[in-house]
Amino acid sequence: MDTNVLFIFILAIFVGIEVISKVPSMLHTPLMSGTNAIHGIILFGGILVLADASTPLAQALGFVAVIFGSANVFGGFMVTDRMLQMFKKKK
Amino acid sequence: MSSTIAFIIIGVSVLFILGIKFLSSPKTARIGNLVAAAGMFIALCVLLKTDGTSVWSHGWSFNYTLIVIGTIIGLIIGAIGAYSVKMTSMPQMVALFNGLGGGAAALVASLEFIKDAKAPVIAGMEIPVAHQSTAFIAGSMLFATLIGSLSFSGSIIAYLKLEGKFEKPMTFPGQNILNGLILLVILGLCGFLTFNATNGNATTAFIVMFCLALFFGVAMVMPIGGADMPVVISLLNSFTGLAVAADGFAINNLAMVVAGTLVGSSGTLLTLLMCKAMNRPVTNVLFGAFGSSGAAQAGAAGVVGTVKPIQADEVALLLAYAQRVVVVPGYGMAVAQAQHSVRELTEELGKRGVEVQFAIHPVAGRMPGHMNVLLAEANVPYDQLIEMEQINPSMDRVDVCLVIGANDVVNPAAHEDKSSPIYGMPIIDADHCKTCIVMKRSMAAGFAGIENHLFYKDNTRMLFGDAKASLNALVAAVKAS
Repeated sequence: MDTNVLFIFILAIFVGIEVISKVPSMLHTPLMSGTNAIHGIILFGGILVLADASTPLAQALGFVAVIFGSANVFGGFMVTDRMLQMFKKKK
Repeated sequence: MSSTIAFIIIGVSVLFILGIKFLSSPKTARIGNLVAAAGMFIALCVLLKTDGTSVWSHGWSFNYTLIVIGTIIGLIIGAIGAYSVKMTSMPQMVALFNGLGGGAAALVASLEFIKDAKAPVIAGMEIPVAHQSTAFIAGSMLFATLIGSLSFSGSIIAYLKLEGKFEKPMTFPGQNILNGLILLVILGLCGFLTFNATNGNATTAFIVMFCLALFFGVAMVMPIGGADMPVVISLLNSFTGLAVAADGFAINNLAMVVAGTLVGSSGTLLTLLMCKAMNRPVTNVLFGAFGSSGAAQAGAAGVVGTVKPIQADEVALLLAYAQRVVVVPGYGMAVAQAQHSVRELTEELGKRGVEVQFAIHPVAGRMPGHMNVLLAEANVPYDQLIEMEQINPSMDRVDVCLVIGANDVVNPAAHEDKSSPIYGMPIIDADHCKTCIVMKRSMAAGFAGIENHLFYKDNTRMLFGDAKASLNALVAAVKAS
């Protein structure tokens, strides 16, 4: 077991808590949506398992995983951007 | 992993952290989102397989064609969803994308697990270190499968609930006990599989576990009322993050571990912040079946006074000659699509020198920050939006408070009525201002099903009717006066 990964995991927990501790509630929805897009990195997991898939079942499930992950990451970033482009200061 | 790639992954991690950091300030939020997206793109370019070779360095095969087609299909689904969704339905969209991410996480973990389960075992061989590592990896995959699939089914239910399908909590006696039992069975199966990943029955046990986890996601969200969906979505969002991190452990991808963990921990904090805003412990939201039997009767006691209706012309006069007006928006404003009319009214008042502000309750609407997004869409400058804690101390110096489609977040029962289910919840003190105008379609109770004491206060007037129509009437009347 690679303990370095666990080390990074523990540190990332605290960083995640620290960076959003001062977020105003007006940004909660975009923040939730933005972090939602970031876990769309699961697309990579889908790509990796599909690249190695050797049976039709594995190919089918991997294909679905890639579609899901891709919708999560692209949709997530786009919907967040659409929300945020509306936050403007008074002209 | 070569050191060049290690450095790039460190850079990507920094981009994710900065992205989330920038997302927490209105000035930099949009850049933050782009920074995170850039990090994602860079990570894709240096994607490594478990054996340390780049995923792009292998010869082209049918699987790669599938990857490209799948990614494009996902891109199209994502783009259509993201650009066609109405701003009022934003929470549903986030729930849906989150569910897809959870589903992907579960599928990835399942495929890895089943692949491992089929690996040949040499009986009687003892390799303690390797065995330990296998149990750890198997545990990660099982965790990702369990959490990912319950996040998938739970998000779909949350989506349907926000769309208005079976909004009410669904409860029956012994439900928490039954759910607890299902969870115990799931955990038991996970425990068995962690140490017997290569057992002959592993695949069957795994499929049973997968289905139970899907069912558990449904069973967990069904008893929770529509009003609590924001908390549920935020929680499931952090769940998906953790599932992705566990997948990262299993397939040895550091970028996934970092990104998933960041989402997992920040999402958990966000969930707790939301519960804090509602003054309810998270356990109460998830297992309390809020709004069922007990809450329905409560709150009727302690209501004194009568409801006093008012006409739009009269309200317009009050507004036009006020010095300071505060608008309290709620979900009703979103339903009536009234945010543009609100902005028109506040601009009209602004021209007359009236100081107008919006008081935003942290959980107004169906999602924290939902009102901000809607008002931003209607071009209301964000410096007019004041958070509850900042505006409450000065509410007694407000001439007119205009409550548009908000209910529970301005209910003084939270201060006055100890028997009320929302007793102790922080509210916007709309009852403290000189005149409070409540715009409402009818006298129906709010989302939590609780009688609102505010409607019966001496300084409250009710303006009945569709919020958008009433506001347009107000705009016309203010212009004329």
